[in-house]
Amino acid sequence: MPRAMARRNLAFRRELADRVSAVVEFRAASYRIGEREILKNLTLSVEPGETLVLLGRSGSGKTTALKMVNGLLFPSAGEVLVDGMPTTAWDAVRLKRRIGYVIQEIGLFPHYTVAQNVGLVPQLERWDAPRIRARVDELLRQVGLDPDQFAARYPAQLSGGQRQRVGVARALAADPSVLLFDEPFGAVDPVTRLDLQKQFLALRRELGKTSIFVTHDVREALMLATRIALLRDGVLELLAPPRQFLNAIGDEARAFLECLDWRVDAT
Amino acid sequence: MNAGLAGEIAQLTLEHLILVVVSMAIAIAVAVPAGILITRRTAWRPWVLGFGSVMQTIPSLALFGFLIPVPLIGGIGKRTAIVALVLYALLPILRNTLVGIVGVEAAVRESAVAMGMTGRQLLWRVEMPLAARTILAGIRVATVTTIGTATIAAAIGGGGLGVFIFRGIASVDTTQILAGAVPAACIALAADGALGLLERRWAVG
Repeated sequence: MPRAMARRNLAFRRELADRVSAVVEFRAASYRIGEREILKNLTLSVEPGETLVLLGRSGSGKTTALKMVNGLLFPSAGEVLVDGMPTTAWDAVRLKRRIGYVIQEIGLFPHYTVAQNVGLVPQLERWDAPRIRARVDELLRQVGLDPDQFAARYPAQLSGGQRQRVGVARALAADPSVLLFDEPFGAVDPVTRLDLQKQFLALRRELGKTSIFVTHDVREALMLATRIALLRDGVLELLAPPRQFLNAIGDEARAFLECLDWRVDAT
Repeated sequence: MNAGLAGEIAQLTLEHLILVVVSMAIAIAVAVPAGILITRRTAWRPWVLGFGSVMQTIPSLALFGFLIPVPLIGGIGKRTAIVALVLYALLPILRNTLVGIVGVEAAVRESAVAMGMTGRQLLWRVEMPLAARTILAGIRVATVTTIGTATIAAAIGGGGLGVFIFRGIASVDTTQILAGAVPAACIALAADGALGLLERRWAVG
């Protein structure tokens, strides 16, 4: 798709977004295990077409927040709404099939080929075989893998970057309304990571999907986010678009931004 | 070797095979579902595995003996022998079913759930195929052990190749002992080889 057209497409989606209510909405959502409160009173809405990045250190509650969206976890207090309905009211299986999920370990099924992995949700949704095959080819091309070369391979025959591309294709398979990413590019080398990040941006231009993206990498957050939600010890500290985030004055935001400033000649 | 002995070997080998096949079929039908069950009900795990372990710690000859006075399943004959063999074969299958399923990578299980698989789909499409090899390895161990243990079934009138062995011991006749032991060993080797082949075929990934 030409860039100008894609941009217009995105602009159109944004305009639509103003009229449509949030895709995902956290309403005073908390999560507690025993005495420990992992997420405290999170209120946040994710607008259609945006990429909301949840940024924070390990243990800041970002993954917990993510898992509350597709019902892998449920809030101990407050609620999370998906398409206007609380996750507790959704049928658990229906909710999960509407939402794409990509994790760092990828979790490809080792006994399935690439094509079977990508086509799994459509298959669970009982699409017919030719439609699944066409969809799989389309998706593999979208994530930059040649179907003729890769469809019949097993995950063990792929590089880390290729596996992650398959993971993304699999999450996109049934055209979900929301995509969740849990540090998806954390385990690959930096060069491959940049490739995958560019791919992510290209896909967003093309598909305009709503995404929630968890990372602890501030550079990645600035590169991919439309808005960054900074979490610290389970509390939302700051919610800002990348440009504003760069000028943030809070301690935690500064601590993250310092990661960008460090240079070899600084020592 | 005279024709009478050859005929008897053939007949007792067949009996032996039937004992083993029937016992293993029952053991698999009980232990695989029970193994799956204890992956879901962790509280039951020590009890079920404990039962299997206790059965295995009882010396096999004693286990056959203990069953004789038990009503319904006990007495003298094939039925009692099969019950004992089943009890003896449970543990390796149980344990390997549990280990195989629990050993499925957490990320694989998490993505299966997150993709909206139901519990049953998770089991049949992901956990069982990935655990198949381990489960089969358990079945293989149990089968080979059962082929050996089944010779003791003759002590309680269960028949099979053990008839030769007990007779040989009683009459200090090495030929008789060999007539029981050699075919039993051959069956065990063949079963081990065949199941090993199947196991390698089921290699994943």
